[in-house]
Amino acid sequence: MRGRAAHAGRAATAIAIATAILVAAPVISIVSLALQPATDVWHDLINYVLPAALLDTALLLVGVGALTLLVGAGTAWVISRHDFPGRGMLLWLMPLPLAIPTYLAAYVYADLFEPLGLVHRTLAIWLPLRDALGHLPNLRSLPGAIFVIGLVLYPYVYLSARATFQVQSAEFAEAATTLGAGRWTVFWRVSLPMARPALAVGVALVALETLNDIGASEYLGIRTLTVSIFTTWLNRGSLAGAAQLACLMLAIVAGLIAMERYGRRNANAEFSAESPHVRQRTPLSGARAWIAFAVCALPVLIGFVVPLFYLAHQALGRGLLANFDPLLWRHTFHSFAYAALATLMALMLALATTIAHRFRPDPLRYLAMSTAQAGYALPGLVIALGLLTPVLAVDSALSAVATWTGLSLPGLILVGSGTAVVIAYTIRFLAVPVGMIKAGFDSIPRDYDESARTVGAGQAVMLRQIYLPLLRPAMLGAVIIMFVDCLKELPATLLLRPLNVETLSTSIYQFASRGNFEDGALAALLIIAASIGPVVWLTRFSEVPSGPA
Amino acid sequence: MINLRVLAASAAVLSLTLSFASKAAANGEVNVYTYRETKLIQPLFDAFSKDTGIKVNVVSASSGLEQRMKAEGANSPADVLLTVDIGRIDEAVQAGVTQPIKSEVVDKVVPAQYRDPDGYWAGISMRARVIYASKDRVKQDKITYEELADPKWKGKICIRSGQHIYNNALFAAYTAKHGEAKAEEWLRGVKANLAQKPSGGDREAARDVAAGKCDIGIGNTYYWALMMNNDPEKKPWAEATRVILPTFEGGGTHVNLSGVLLAKHAPNKANGIKLIEWLVSEQAQQMYADQNYEYPVRSGVPIDSTIAGYGKLAPDPLPIAKIAANRKAAASLVDKVGFDN
Repeated sequence: MRGRAAHAGRAATAIAIATAILVAAPVISIVSLALQPATDVWHDLINYVLPAALLDTALLLVGVGALTLLVGAGTAWVISRHDFPGRGMLLWLMPLPLAIPTYLAAYVYADLFEPLGLVHRTLAIWLPLRDALGHLPNLRSLPGAIFVIGLVLYPYVYLSARATFQVQSAEFAEAATTLGAGRWTVFWRVSLPMARPALAVGVALVALETLNDIGASEYLGIRTLTVSIFTTWLNRGSLAGAAQLACLMLAIVAGLIAMERYGRRNANAEFSAESPHVRQRTPLSGARAWIAFAVCALPVLIGFVVPLFYLAHQALGRGLLANFDPLLWRHTFHSFAYAALATLMALMLALATTIAHRFRPDPLRYLAMSTAQAGYALPGLVIALGLLTPVLAVDSALSAVATWTGLSLPGLILVGSGTAVVIAYTIRFLAVPVGMIKAGFDSIPRDYDESARTVGAGQAVMLRQIYLPLLRPAMLGAVIIMFVDCLKELPATLLLRPLNVETLSTSIYQFASRGNFEDGALAALLIIAASIGPVVWLTRFSEVPSGPA
Repeated sequence: MINLRVLAASAAVLSLTLSFASKAAANGEVNVYTYRETKLIQPLFDAFSKDTGIKVNVVSASSGLEQRMKAEGANSPADVLLTVDIGRIDEAVQAGVTQPIKSEVVDKVVPAQYRDPDGYWAGISMRARVIYASKDRVKQDKITYEELADPKWKGKICIRSGQHIYNNALFAAYTAKHGEAKAEEWLRGVKANLAQKPSGGDREAARDVAAGKCDIGIGNTYYWALMMNNDPEKKPWAEATRVILPTFEGGGTHVNLSGVLLAKHAPNKANGIKLIEWLVSEQAQQMYADQNYEYPVRSGVPIDSTIAGYGKLAPDPLPIAKIAANRKAAASLVDKVGFDN
């Protein structure tokens, strides 16, 4: 029994280390590219590119972070602690902006608010303002980018905040109320500080997504570090310079992760899991109910309903339904297959990595776990670039073996079969399941492990009977967020996909790059439709039953 | 609970399906890597397949195809690379992933100006970088690129990012002609004349002129024709403007080339050459001209009437190689003057 007991931990450690190596491969390959001299471009980069890029990136991160925190935490609190008409509907609407890729939101809002766009034309009809133009906000600006990106990414904060708010032990809030604290005081002094770890996780995810975004920032004319990596590589033809910028970005991400950990310092998450009774929701009526409804409905309206309706309007107006392109089903199949495979692979690797750390939280396993999250640091295209060398090395080895053994295999097995795309997604998004499952582990008190050991339960038993059941919400959440992320991924898919393969996102891109993204409206709607199911499912599973008082 | 065995089984089934879906036979095919959007060239590939019975397999991307070919090395399935601009032609040749196209047909029908002396690439279509001028507010019919820096245009010019490949090529041509110092001064002047921060695409330049935000927008020839003929929603943008073919002071309008290259390790080399020769055939060149409103490289192929309406194009005689050689300098100048800031 003893030998078997330690078996789970050892297997997990082996997988954790293998995972770290897998994720490190493109990073190492990028770092080795960065080590090549790029002196001819560094002068320019330091003098002209970096100051603007760092400033824009910092402002964008701070702006989007603040907006998502405000919207995400605010709505999560309203909806977790209050009862009002429409709450049931909002519960499953709130996370839906996750289904909208940032680049799509940028295309839609730039279109809506552009000069001569729908908003402008409508204003000109209803209020005969010849001059409405000058008063419309310019979406192609930093505030515009913060608005667009923030309102599709807030669900990351909302979901993690709500998961915490709804299980936060009632005693603290009730004690505070007994001592005379009002609802706001309870929110500021009790609920919010207790939710800090969850908020830190949510905001960190938002920050990493923002850093990786290229479509939206480029389209709205914001020169972030990511955009600079692309121009350095493509216009200066300096892969080394681009790789060096990518390394700088890696350092920034390491900083963000450190900040997230700092945000969760002294986190006493055990309050939540041990909580014997969950706080009842306060019923609201009259004006307060309306305000609560409006506060929650507005972000959904901006982040989801408007883009959805605009795309539907375009799809119908352009006759895309009537002249349905059957190729779209093929694109949908590829999108789903890649996303599903990558999600399954990432879930298993993430479980192994976090389990290894749970059983033995030593520096080695901590390092493996942190490394597994590093993929989020690099834009999809940089990962794809970094992957080319190692993946193709494996491919030529396989093809050499095939030739030697006389087997007839296609030339490039990993790239030709699309496995390279799946690997790229896995590396890119592994941080999602690792982060969420780690957070899930953090909320399982260590006392449980002690008690289990006292009654002689081995690691395998603890895993099956304690961890996995308790981790189910975290795992489901991770699977869904990752699946939807994969559906939306663009640059790595573009570069690594096999001959004759399109996904929904690459087909939208085909249209967008010709300046006619509206013709890709149907593919965009398919991505959204495919993402809605999982997101709603996520909401259902994350709801803790609790009736009104 | 999630059952790991079910997961593993479904993963295996999916992988198998995927690898079968993308498995390709070795004969009667040609593999194309392209920066051109598939929608645009698929009709050409279909016509080629119909003519020759050769199946065309495609990967299209916006960037990084040379790097992919380089990494794939001798195992690369790529036969032919299609680019949309001069820069990418140059990148591919520099990356050493191509081989000379040895074809008498190509040498005969593509004018020397639009192909590499060593045969590493051939142009297949052209477009000019022109001005969409407000019908109401711009009176002059002629304009030079140099003039764009003239203070009389202060606050009146709209343009997309200075780092976009189309602007990069134009600025590189300017740099090749006038030297870096003059080009820098010119870029500062153009920046000072901008009505707004560079953003959007070429269509947006026309739209902003139509909306009165600026008087002249910079764009490619075919966008205007596409808006005018193929997009009822955007037709008013084109209608509010007219296209002026600008020239450099010494004469010549800046044109960019879509090019075709033969992969160094092309597994279906003969079919690759067949495709290249077909792309410069009269039929294909006519399709390029009619469907995408581009200038064919093959002489004698009539251009579309919308494009013809811009006036007679006199392309800048500056060799393409000179433009390519100045790309990095141009990109650097754009950053130096903070063009996009």
